[in-house]
Amino acid sequence: MRNLLRQIWNTKGLARWILLTGTIITVVFVVFALFAPWIAPFDFNQTRDASGVKFEKLGSPGAGHLLGTNDQFFDIFSRVIWGARTALEVVLLSVILSVAIGVPLGLVSGFLGGWVDRVLVFVMDAIYTVPYLLLAIIFAFMLNDKLGSGIVAAALSLVAIYIPQYFRVVRNTTVSAREATYVEAARAIGAKPTTIMRKYLFGNVVQSVPVIGTLNAADAVGTLAALGFLGLGIQPNEASEWGYDLSRALDDAQAGVWWPALWPGLAIILLITALTLVGEGLNETLNPALRRRRLRKVQFTDRVRTSDTEEVAPR
Amino acid sequence: MPTKPETLSNDGSGQGGGHGAGRHENVLDVDDLAVHFQLQGGALSRLLGLQARVVKAVDGVSVQLRRGEVLGLVGESGSGKTTLGRALLGLVPASGGRITYHSASKGDRRVSEMRGAELRQLRTDLQMVFQDPHAALNPSMTIEEAVGHPLVIHKIASGRALRMQVAEALERVGLSPVERFLSKYPSDLSGGQKQRAVIARAIILNPEVLVADEPVSMLDMSVRAKILQLMLDLKQEMGLTYVYITHDLASAKYFCDRIAIMYLGRIVEIGPTEEIFANPRHPYTKALLKAIPEPDPDRMVPRDLPRGEIPDAAEPPLGCSFHPRCSEAVAGCGWESRDLRALLEEHWTRKLEAYDDEKALIGDLDGLDRPSTTAKVGKGGAGEVRALLDRIRAENPDEPLWSGVRGIEPAGNGVEVQFQPADSPQLRRAGSVDVACVLYPE
Repeated sequence: MRNLLRQIWNTKGLARWILLTGTIITVVFVVFALFAPWIAPFDFNQTRDASGVKFEKLGSPGAGHLLGTNDQFFDIFSRVIWGARTALEVVLLSVILSVAIGVPLGLVSGFLGGWVDRVLVFVMDAIYTVPYLLLAIIFAFMLNDKLGSGIVAAALSLVAIYIPQYFRVVRNTTVSAREATYVEAARAIGAKPTTIMRKYLFGNVVQSVPVIGTLNAADAVGTLAALGFLGLGIQPNEASEWGYDLSRALDDAQAGVWWPALWPGLAIILLITALTLVGEGLNETLNPALRRRRLRKVQFTDRVRTSDTEEVAPR
Repeated sequence: MPTKPETLSNDGSGQGGGHGAGRHENVLDVDDLAVHFQLQGGALSRLLGLQARVVKAVDGVSVQLRRGEVLGLVGESGSGKTTLGRALLGLVPASGGRITYHSASKGDRRVSEMRGAELRQLRTDLQMVFQDPHAALNPSMTIEEAVGHPLVIHKIASGRALRMQVAEALERVGLSPVERFLSKYPSDLSGGQKQRAVIARAIILNPEVLVADEPVSMLDMSVRAKILQLMLDLKQEMGLTYVYITHDLASAKYFCDRIAIMYLGRIVEIGPTEEIFANPRHPYTKALLKAIPEPDPDRMVPRDLPRGEIPDAAEPPLGCSFHPRCSEAVAGCGWESRDLRALLEEHWTRKLEAYDDEKALIGDLDGLDRPSTTAKVGKGGAGEVRALLDRIRAENPDEPLWSGVRGIEPAGNGVEVQFQPADSPQLRRAGSVDVACVLYPE
């Protein structure tokens, strides 16, 4: 961990700017998400103000509603802020779950080899061949019955499509790390297979997981929005979701009412861009084939006076 | 070349007197050990269920490891010395034969039949030092964790006691001041320091036997002697028994009490170090000794080093497996079809102008690749092929292959060369050593 932070600190050039830009935008969204109740003037499903007066439908941006209101009488600014919370909840849940399942599976599969490995690789490759959006739709559809259409269901349908990515990367690095001398050395000191996996392989095969994690997070935002756009994601009364708002706003956008579509769309694009920048920046930082390190100048102190040089110099 | 210091060439009985009397003289008994590896054929041959080829990495090795000695396993790469060393610890399963470990405290145990937990328990007594110190340490563990991990695994020590023992082991191998090394990662250390850490990890369990697989071959010349001296000191202090695997006879001479020369999975000569060096018997041993570089620019001795490379272990030569490269080969070495192919090809490299005509007469040589004591060659008429073979023979009548030919019979359009069949020679007593060569019969 200490190593990782030092590596990130020591990046230079483009990688540093990519990482920095991505992190700053992501942090802004994280602040939105954490402090949504205080930043947003209204609740995400609020259609009347404190005195009970209903909001204007498709109200233009102005004093009362900073970014206007949409066709469901919702305040767009509040929806966008609350939407950040939804997006980050789903992203965090799906990435953590798919790492927690994919990484151990890949480790075990790569280490054990044999038929366990073959079956797992076959299943994962089979999942991989299906277009991921289609798969997410199928899972969302199936989970709608069991879990309703909330955050958990949306996250779980994303988990299913991300597990194979972690599985593949971890499994392949494990297969090559398994042959390393230090693994044989671990066997020679009497380590059990579980100990070898935990203590000797895990630390050496998870190096690329942070990169996939951030790139997946970016992808998850897009997929979640797509599900919402198709009406299979989170319903508007459960949480605010950008993709759903975008789909509602499409018809009005054709009629010249641009504000309900612009802001959720912009939020989606910004968050995806930010997370992708973080991912690519991390990749350039952590991948030894790509990374360039910051060089620091070494300052020499003035060491010698002229009289000393003459004494020291051998003649 | 320095020889082993006098004080260190003990016979094992002089030290470690604290152990119970009446224990077995040998620590390890290896009896007719075989380690075979299945080769995975191509996709097609697997699909068709063809017989997978087998590499006999170790093939019928019997050797005793005496308590307190240093036994050297010497051979070229591919001779099976590393596999034999790993089999001693049970790191590769034995395909045949027996390995018996005569433990000082726990009685006799059969290494070759152990599995799982029992085998892991055995590692408290038998330990290994690896060739490449840069790869033998987990890059994500500190030296303290790595060296102490054997104790954690076998639940021998924890907490303060663990730290004490790690510090003591590091102190022993000369990594001091210990505090400077405890929190370092392997990438922070030099090759010699890493190897010291690997040795510390191996001795922390207080083992009886240490298998050292080329422990100094990846190190700088300047630290080799230091590491070897360290290992000798540890042997003295802890009453260790070493198996020293190397391709470097010079270091073996310095380090070993007995030396076993290995070739293609077999021991071809084994005996006391002095005798092996003073009076090598097996032609392969002689060749290895000649290959030691002499630090004397004026002595340009002609070296008749073994010809060619070590053969394919999946299909070793018939008879004595060294015979195709041997400079002292005789009729009974087990000549065969592949040797004839090599001879013909060698003939054509010398006489390039005759190649086209003679190749047409001899025809395809691929049939000779299957090892057999009868070889069919030629497609240009029995008489002419026979005459050609006679001509080739007349060029170099001393070629030992011809002495192994029992007869040349006409067969169809060509001839069938029949070789004298021979078994692989067994280890036999010759003076104070054992040697497996037809030149030293019973």
